[in-house]
Amino acid sequence: MPKIATHPFLFVGCWELREMLGRNVRDEQQLLEAIEVVPLDSIYYHTHSFFLRHKYIAGPYSNDFATWAAIQVRDRVLGEKLGILYPFDYENLESLRAAIITIIAEHLSTLQIIPRASYGEPFHFMQSRIIEVPTGLKTHTLAEFREILATVDLSVIYYHTFEAIFRQRKQKTDFALWIEEQLGLPELADKMAKLDPYLISLETVRYRLIKLCDEYLQKGERDETA
Amino acid sequence: MKQLDDYRDIASQGTVEFLKRLAEKIQGKKILHINSTKLGGGVAEILHSLVPLLQNVGLEAQWEVISGSEEFFSTTKAFHNALQGLEQQISPQMLQNYLENNRENARRLSFEVDYVVIHDPQPAALIESRSPKGKWIWRCHIDISTPQRRVWDYLRQFVVKYDAAIFSLPRFAQRLPIPQFLIYPSIDPLSDKNRELTSQEQDRILRRLNIPLDKPILLQVSRFDRFKDPLGVIQAYRLVKKHHDLRLVLAGGGATDDPEGEVVLAEVRQAAKDDPDIHILLLPPDAHLEINALQRAATIVLQKSLREGFGLTVAEAMWKGKPVIGGFTGGITIQLVYGLTGFHVNSVEGAAFRIHYLLDNPEVMAKMGQDAREYVRQNFLITRHLGDYLALMSYLGR
Repeated sequence: MPKIATHPFLFVGCWELREMLGRNVRDEQQLLEAIEVVPLDSIYYHTHSFFLRHKYIAGPYSNDFATWAAIQVRDRVLGEKLGILYPFDYENLESLRAAIITIIAEHLSTLQIIPRASYGEPFHFMQSRIIEVPTGLKTHTLAEFREILATVDLSVIYYHTFEAIFRQRKQKTDFALWIEEQLGLPELADKMAKLDPYLISLETVRYRLIKLCDEYLQKGERDETA
Repeated sequence: MKQLDDYRDIASQGTVEFLKRLAEKIQGKKILHINSTKLGGGVAEILHSLVPLLQNVGLEAQWEVISGSEEFFSTTKAFHNALQGLEQQISPQMLQNYLENNRENARRLSFEVDYVVIHDPQPAALIESRSPKGKWIWRCHIDISTPQRRVWDYLRQFVVKYDAAIFSLPRFAQRLPIPQFLIYPSIDPLSDKNRELTSQEQDRILRRLNIPLDKPILLQVSRFDRFKDPLGVIQAYRLVKKHHDLRLVLAGGGATDDPEGEVVLAEVRQAAKDDPDIHILLLPPDAHLEINALQRAATIVLQKSLREGFGLTVAEAMWKGKPVIGGFTGGITIQLVYGLTGFHVNSVEGAAFRIHYLLDNPEVMAKMGQDAREYVRQNFLITRHLGDYLALMSYLGR
């Protein structure tokens, strides 16, 4: 018998409105000073919601600061140093901001001339306004969860992974939490929690989640047959 | 009338259901779009597609066009040029005429709606007649990153009275005390300009336009406007012509609010004279099927603009799987991911080099065309545009 959750999983998507702050910088010192004071929603925009905007072709790095340094300023060293930043290592956006500031400040301290986007575009600070959109889809079982997951808009995947962890400060993605708490499948939940969404596209996250579900469901069938 | 469901097999998976859910947040709200022309130009094309879709998802959407004298449209054309950085002389009398024209239109229109979206500078002063009800949004489609200050300062007095502004690129944003949002424009994959054509339809149209298919075709589709650099395109074609036998088609639509086009067209004709492989087509504003057929027949599409609001002809060509070479300006740089979905260039020589490169590497052209189409599906279709408007209205009305 398939396990049936007491509380269903409610699939929620989101739409990102992009708000421009009207603040632009042309060199790395100005970048540093702006990062110190912009709203946290701007740090979020340039480090996380990137994944909502690049569903098909990923940029060279997973955050806008690194990409700008590497491409527009042509400072590949800073691009690489910022590009390796892994937001899941930080407790919250404020500590991520502090880490970015430290990297840029240390980099500038080794240079005599401040690198500047002389030929490239300035950096335009933006911030995210995330609009939650309940899809109306819900499920009580793993099989149905897997079927719905295969058809939903990619923003649903984004909302239950990135938004859950970084804005709602949950320890795990919504998917992993529900499967652990409602279906009582800690092993599957653990595998889902370990799935790293940061350097892969949302479509790949979807594919891997479905694969984990399929593996479990097939194993369950085999166990029942045995 | 088109239905959102018609896009189910075209947009990305799950998009249509998702948009319907998003629309539920603002069901039954009234929205009024106002611009300056029903025919010609990207704004009118977008509204032709967007307004029916807004109605289809449960909003009471309307679209009105302001009327004006020849003097009014000459003034707003001068505004347009000045805001895009060209030095223009604008007299106090012209400003007075602009204001009076907007007041006359305000008397004719009803603003008793939940959202009013004003497109571009022509009707911007309508905000002076706003009613207490409803949110007003100024939607700027043009590049105002380096405007002539006096003209922007004049326009700014109206813009600051809106509840929000929308720009097509981050660098168009201004120092304003109101929220500014980034929304890319879009193309409609089901419109006559972008829908699939049968080979018979395409052949018939090309025969009527006198465009033979015996040589590779370079195409630029744009108004005959200095900012689109049609003369630079002819120079690039001539540089490539030394190595490749090809045709150049310059197809220009007109717009009822653009009195300057004929002057530029005459200069282009003069530059192209005596070359039977250069085809200059002055197309009427509703020549959507013709543009569609030309883009599908093209080997490479150019959009060598010097200044550009967004340059949606780029997305149109990309949607048809064509490699595009565009000027390094405006929204062209957003649409063309360098080397992946196209090339952006900074000179006549740069354009010629990339044309030459692509003609010599047909396999690169094919891959680039595929990637370009997929990139447009994700980022520049009308379904994404609809979502942005629904989200913005939901956000402003919260």
